[in-house]
Amino acid sequence: MLDAGTDGYVTEDGRKIGGVLMEMKNITLRFGGVEAIKDISFDIREGEIRAIIGPNGAGKSSMLNVISGFYVPQEGEVWFRGQRRPQMKPFQVAAQGIARTFQNIALFEGMSVLDNIMTGRLTQMKSGLAAQTVWLGKAQREEVANRARVERVIDFLEIQHIRKTPVARLPYGLKKRVELARALAAEPMLLLLDEPMAGMNVEEKEDMSRFILDVNDEFGTTIALIEHDMGVVMDLSDRVVVMDYGKKIGDGTPDEVRNNQDVIDAYLGVSHD
Amino acid sequence: MTTHAAADGALISIPALLARNARKFGANTAYREKEFGIWQSWSWLATAEEVRAIALGLMSLGIEKGDYVAIIGRNRPALYWSMVAAQKVGAIPVPLYQDAVAEEMAYVLENCGARFVIAADQEQVDKVLAVQERVKVIEHVVYLDARGLRKYDHSRLHAMKDVQAEGRAAHERFEAELKRREDAITYDETCVMLYTSGTTGRPKGVVLSNRNIIETSKNSAEFDNLRPGDEVLAYLPMAWVGDFIFSIGQAYWTAFCVNCPESPDTMMTDLREIGPTYYFAPPRVFETQLTNVMIRMEDAGRFKKWLFRVFMDHAKKVGPALLDGKQVSGWDRFKYALGDLFVYGPLKNTLGFSRVRVGYTAGEAIGPEIFDFYRSLGINLKQLYGQTEASVFITQQPDGEVRSDTVGVPSPGVELKIGDNGEVFYRSPGTFVEYFKNPESTKDTKDPEGWVATGDAGFIEPETGHLRIIDRAKDVGKMADGRLFAPKYVENKLKFYPNILEAVVFGSGREFCTAFVNIDLTAVGNWAERNNIAYASYQELAGHPRVYEMIQNHVEEANRSIAGDEMLSGCQVHRFLILHKELDADDGEMTRTRKVRRRIVEEKFADLLEALYGGKDSVYTETEVTYEDGRKGKIKATLEIRNAVVAGDTGRIAAE
Repeated sequence: MLDAGTDGYVTEDGRKIGGVLMEMKNITLRFGGVEAIKDISFDIREGEIRAIIGPNGAGKSSMLNVISGFYVPQEGEVWFRGQRRPQMKPFQVAAQGIARTFQNIALFEGMSVLDNIMTGRLTQMKSGLAAQTVWLGKAQREEVANRARVERVIDFLEIQHIRKTPVARLPYGLKKRVELARALAAEPMLLLLDEPMAGMNVEEKEDMSRFILDVNDEFGTTIALIEHDMGVVMDLSDRVVVMDYGKKIGDGTPDEVRNNQDVIDAYLGVSHD
Repeated sequence: MTTHAAADGALISIPALLARNARKFGANTAYREKEFGIWQSWSWLATAEEVRAIALGLMSLGIEKGDYVAIIGRNRPALYWSMVAAQKVGAIPVPLYQDAVAEEMAYVLENCGARFVIAADQEQVDKVLAVQERVKVIEHVVYLDARGLRKYDHSRLHAMKDVQAEGRAAHERFEAELKRREDAITYDETCVMLYTSGTTGRPKGVVLSNRNIIETSKNSAEFDNLRPGDEVLAYLPMAWVGDFIFSIGQAYWTAFCVNCPESPDTMMTDLREIGPTYYFAPPRVFETQLTNVMIRMEDAGRFKKWLFRVFMDHAKKVGPALLDGKQVSGWDRFKYALGDLFVYGPLKNTLGFSRVRVGYTAGEAIGPEIFDFYRSLGINLKQLYGQTEASVFITQQPDGEVRSDTVGVPSPGVELKIGDNGEVFYRSPGTFVEYFKNPESTKDTKDPEGWVATGDAGFIEPETGHLRIIDRAKDVGKMADGRLFAPKYVENKLKFYPNILEAVVFGSGREFCTAFVNIDLTAVGNWAERNNIAYASYQELAGHPRVYEMIQNHVEEANRSIAGDEMLSGCQVHRFLILHKELDADDGEMTRTRKVRRRIVEEKFADLLEALYGGKDSVYTETEVTYEDGRKGKIKATLEIRNAVVAGDTGRIAAE
């Protein structure tokens, strides 16, 4: 078992994982009579890659939506950087340093890749409408600085060749990458990825895995991801939370989870009482 | 000629040329590279400083005179600087093909005994580390891009910027020694070693001296009036001799600017932004660009289509004549100017050719229609003929004497002769010194008088003095009934159809000729889209009956054209099939410069060849393929074999 103390731990490949960045305490989320999430607690530590897995309908996306502030749980507390997070709008959560990608790509199809990624910098732009329109002095300097950051991300994800291409014209795999780029542009402390590999072929999955590891390594970004592809999850993540029917049925390193009887049952299909 | 080193100003090495450029053209731009979306530039003065820092850094790592330094990566200023820095300290740069798999790299690294490797990024570093077990000589690996490398063991791995910083810091210690080493460089010492891709067997290291490179650069730069202020785009593999001559030899001799693209995928955008004045591309690039233009025209509105057709027809009529400075009537000139305003100008701008003063293509034959298309637009596209062993230039076309079917007159300083068997021989100041550690091959290729066998069969046109190449000498053969067999000639005819990417023709010692055909996915894919033909994979499209029909038409049309040539009418293609996979360098079917390895294709697809000659209508086959990351897989297919109509064949009809 991992040392769950406040000082963090060291991974197999020698990365130092820090203290708790985000903690979910007894979260319960209901939609009318349906309990999507039942009394779940877990933490995400600084610098780690944390996966949430589970069969279809287990409540993974709902969990991610709770973290990103899109859903407000009926019970339980969300703690972020040692403070209890009050009820917030998603944009306020974003401003706190949490960025995400979506299961079904949510980009502005008619805009260029560059413009799409620039929207990721929106939280950093301070100048008002008038200044932006005239585009002199501060507004201009601000845009240049933000563009510089965006260009770093473009370089990092190797999408220079589609910088000016409208998103609608891109193949699926590249759209996914653009979405990641937009999230990265926000320089998040915590990056939430909702099925980053869904619908990709093997080669695209390998590329995406590489990028996720590189992001974590290069920028020290903490990553929480939902993913169906078990191979990918086990390779990428440091710790895994397993959900089934809204409940947490496992939590630990990939190896621990793999040998957990409840998890095996959930995946192989045992009748639920 | 000075054979011994350098009193100040003797231009007998690349570092000496760099010093001159820094002195004479210090403020001119020497290098540009697009990074983070912005073109960064370095003057000759800045370049000299960067090179010096790398050289000092390499010295502090303990580089010795005569060491070999392998350079692996895409075209980037820092890699070009590394080559010059290596020369500065008396070492020999050996650029490698960046897309080579680790296995191929191991051979070259071991063969030259590289103590130092300068690699672009993690991908290349990984390959080097993977072979380091075997190639024990490698001592230090320097990388440019730190991404993903932070956790690697850095005991023998260094970041380029650290090496440079270390060099700058240690300049007091090494400056005198560096000066001494640079002064000791002689004209006949090795300038660079380049490995030939080798259509047969293992690659061979071609040793080129300072004399080879500098004389060749000087002659060819004068031939085409290259001057400071010219711009080139460096995008072809650094391991290829052409890139060394264009981006280092000629660039340093004339002090023009070398531009490096942002990434391989952005090459076309970067080309347009730079607008080079001096441009080189293999025929394939021109073909692809033309195909793209034509595909996009198909989607244009009726008025635009009409405009394009009318003015392109006119351009075809008078464009080449205008380019050659021949007589053209006033009305035609006016109409051409109008066309330039509406069609040619914008088109050239889109292609990035607005400023091209001298353009070259070489390596393979280029289709006459493709060649004429570019020339009719007013782009001075010419052909040259060369090889690594000649430091590129053997023949080239002077302005005003450009034709698609010859490769031009001997370059300045080059002597030509045709051997008894039709093989072309040359002798020139650029003639290579030797094959590295391979005196036998050297002896086979270069005779004591310095004549080098090109391996190509050709003849010199008596009226014009232009050289025409027929085929690889060893590929030219006889068919069973004694008629001449020249596969390349037929393959080129086939490849000139945009739908056909590659063709391999067989027939030596056989009753009749047959062919493997590769479709061009871009062209055929677009055609399929317009004709509502659905397909899920390359393989499925390649095997589609209507694609077969189309290719059959092409083959039969080519046959008619071949029948017109008395000498080669026996080479008409009687039976053909469309291959289920693209020929690929990763599978060893092509060289890294994309030339078909005939023997290997023949061996690998022996079952298909047997079926072609066995009279079957279809054949089942399994083929092993290598993916980019080195894993292997298998593809299975049942291929259809078609008979093609042959025109006016004097002898026999296909044995069926």
